[in-house]
Amino acid sequence: MNHRPITEDDLHAYVDLALEPERRAEVAAYLDEHPEIAKRIGAFSDQRDALRAALAPIADEPLPAELNLSRIIEQRARRPSIARWAVAAMLFLSIGGVGGWTMRGEQLASPEGLVALAQEANASYSVYAPDRVRPVEVRASDSAELVQWVSDRLHRPVKVPDLASSGYRLMGGRLVATQHGPAAMFMYDDDHGSRLVVMTRPMTSVDQNAPMTPQSQGDVAGFAWADDGLGYSLVGRAAPESLRPIANEVRKQARQI
Amino acid sequence: MNDMLLQVEPLIPALRRYARALVRNRAAADDLVQDCLERAVSRWQQRGDGSVRAWLFSILHNLAVDQFRKLAARGRHVTIDETSEGHFGEAASQEYRVMYQDVLNKLAKLPEEQRTVLLLVAVEDLSYADAAKVLRVPVGTVMSRLSRARERLQQEIEGITGASGNVVPLRSMK
Repeated sequence: MNHRPITEDDLHAYVDLALEPERRAEVAAYLDEHPEIAKRIGAFSDQRDALRAALAPIADEPLPAELNLSRIIEQRARRPSIARWAVAAMLFLSIGGVGGWTMRGEQLASPEGLVALAQEANASYSVYAPDRVRPVEVRASDSAELVQWVSDRLHRPVKVPDLASSGYRLMGGRLVATQHGPAAMFMYDDDHGSRLVVMTRPMTSVDQNAPMTPQSQGDVAGFAWADDGLGYSLVGRAAPESLRPIANEVRKQARQI
Repeated sequence: MNDMLLQVEPLIPALRRYARALVRNRAAADDLVQDCLERAVSRWQQRGDGSVRAWLFSILHNLAVDQFRKLAARGRHVTIDETSEGHFGEAASQEYRVMYQDVLNKLAKLPEEQRTVLLLVAVEDLSYADAAKVLRVPVGTVMSRLSRARERLQQEIEGITGASGNVVPLRSMK
């Protein structure tokens, strides 16, 4: 006989019924020859049985109403949070009709793809664009440092779009947190105090490549798209028709990397 | 959404059992499970591709441990006296209930890290690898804690009393 030596881990796996039948037989044979160890292992098995028996009735109790999963899902979907309302609004605006209705249930729970990206860009816009003290963390004068920073964190080469031809000047940018990991946010303004945000991050699952779609919420307009696994969203408090050519410009420049 | 119901709902009784074994108070345990389910619903898309069982136990375990830390920080402990026998094994006969209560009281004397591993492995049937994920430790640590937990519980059962921390396990500490 040329057995592998029995280990302490084997003995525990024996107690936990986690061994392959062949190994189990080897351990059983070993225990037959070592009564002292067998006694200890037997005691561990008794512990396991006693604990399982003592706790089993809890799992048999009827579930209280507050642990009804369907209800938890429903309540979550109905919760009147602004974010959820925003997703619903964006969905109806962008998809509309039957498509919007049938997708609603799933999307409400956790938006994915472009919808999530647009929502995140919107949130960043709402927080940072009105900020008069420190809307950006790294200023345009240090844009090389900014590019290095966000490219490192996104694990992708990121280029800062130049929107001078559209009348917008880069103010700077920062890294922002999203549900789907870090994103780079760049902020621009024109000479009349109007600000735009371009946000980009890797797409986590769906919409690795997606055509540009309007993603507006209230008076904040936006466009989102994804190229080659990198998602982009442009948002600003402006008419969608004025933002569209700017979004096209951002996309054109990004494709030149 | 339907997929989530199918995969999560059957595991709720086990989650309740683990929570109650840890906090020993029905209302507090069910609150933890409810919190766990709400998080599971909102993070369903981000669960990764491991086992749903291990994922749910991780969420619950972290919530329970957070609560222990908060209670400990306030200098408050949920002691055995605070819980009534009614929280365990209502379906059991009186005789069994006494026996069950006894083993659970002894389990409660184990340090948290030993109790949790024993419950996850021996009662909830998590694989050693899944238990390691839930506890965020290497599998080797799961095995050494499991060994210490079993030795320690056996000493409690056999009535070898000693100050906690004054226990000599048969297996050397890893």
